[in-house]
Amino acid sequence: MSSVRVLVGTRKGAFILSADGARTDWRVDGPLFSGWEIYHVTGSPAHPDRLWASQSTGWFGQQVQRSDDGGATWAPVGNEFAYAGAVGDHQWYDGTPRPWDFTRVWHFEPSPTDPDFVWAGVEDAALFSSADGGATWRESRGLRDCRGEDWMPGAGGLGLHTIVLDPADPQRMFVAISAAGVFRTDDGGTTWRPVNRGLHSGHLPDQDAEIGHCVHRIAMHPSRPSTLFMQKHWDVMRTDDAGENWYEISGDLPTDFGFPVQVHAHEPETVYVVPITSDEFHVPPEGRLRVYRSRTGGTEWEPLTAGLPQRDCYVNVLRDAMAVDSLDSCGVYFGTTGGQVYASRDSGDTWEAVVRDLPAVLSVEVQTLP
Amino acid sequence: MNPHAADARPARDARVRVVLPGHLCVLADVDGELTLPAAEPVTIGSVLDAVEEAYPVLRGAIRDHGEGARRPYVRYFACEQDFSFDPPETRLPDAVAGGAEPFLIVAAIAGG
Repeated sequence: MSSVRVLVGTRKGAFILSADGARTDWRVDGPLFSGWEIYHVTGSPAHPDRLWASQSTGWFGQQVQRSDDGGATWAPVGNEFAYAGAVGDHQWYDGTPRPWDFTRVWHFEPSPTDPDFVWAGVEDAALFSSADGGATWRESRGLRDCRGEDWMPGAGGLGLHTIVLDPADPQRMFVAISAAGVFRTDDGGTTWRPVNRGLHSGHLPDQDAEIGHCVHRIAMHPSRPSTLFMQKHWDVMRTDDAGENWYEISGDLPTDFGFPVQVHAHEPETVYVVPITSDEFHVPPEGRLRVYRSRTGGTEWEPLTAGLPQRDCYVNVLRDAMAVDSLDSCGVYFGTTGGQVYASRDSGDTWEAVVRDLPAVLSVEVQTLP
Repeated sequence: MNPHAADARPARDARVRVVLPGHLCVLADVDGELTLPAAEPVTIGSVLDAVEEAYPVLRGAIRDHGEGARRPYVRYFACEQDFSFDPPETRLPDAVAGGAEPFLIVAAIAGG
């Protein structure tokens, strides 16, 4: 019988939630790495018991932890992320140049075929990879050649937070960087170019600029690799030509501000977002926690409320804190800054809290196991 | 002249005691104080070298990988003195070199 493993990174440690395919009885294991901030935990599609965790603190920096037994035991691997060549400068908040300075790994994206290969998106924004199981890390410097000197951090830092691999073309991938935008490579990460045409951002002097857009998250359905969905600082967007042109699909959402966006595992036109009031008040409108689902690829959205708090709820759902499993019917999961992890086993129609009182949730990933 | 500056005496091993902050105990999977051999003369650098030699996982967590600079929110105390801003070749008190007092690696107060 199939089972699911939900990997949760929080402000204070990681947790692993597991259940069989019925997804009714959950086991909660953790905290792992007690006291450490865990930006991301994820698993290798090629070796599902190989897990990666990004462990950091403001005091002691970054550690990369790896498990080869599904999270039962962990061991640190390499943690040296040296920028390639001359470090160079990017803009600081006041517009002055500031040297690139590594802080942490925001996101891992393991290879779908090679258990020893994993991509890492880091702050200050850059893309690294390891081909030796995490022992050593190498920067794909070509990304920062896309006017990296003009990138400026957002309030959350200059983080490379999203890595999307094209399952149809191993040479193509997309990354998204806070306050810089989306970038694409067609040669496996050697050269890159910005793909932000169609994005409009009121905080930019040139609202249609090539870079500088605050992209919060992008998502792709594996059967439609040229279609991507985006939750931007404001606006929910879509492209059908691999980022060459984006168009807005916010439609009848109560607010088009938010962080996560996800695509249903079996329905490439079914998309999920969690609207948040505004950029200055990161809480659900009217204190009602609602996931919004579109079954038409955007523009028409329906609120999903069953099992979610509909009063006095003032939590946020961060960019990496929503995921789907691949069971039938599709399971949808998200974690909140209030420490709840909600799960739906019917594509979002109904929800229940798997666990309610974790530290603030930073990331949620799901593994569907045979 | 800095009275703690390292001299050129022949190197030999001393046994030093080191106290790690809680986060690093979790990371290194240790419980309580460490006792380690450290090359003499016992300096800030030689003690940190000894810690990293015994616990490679701590490389990068106390000093950065590049220049070996102390991470900003890490502090070094010994014998009620703050050695955080002293250079790595600074010689530590005899009480630390002799194992009577520990070298304290401390996480500075820095919010939640």
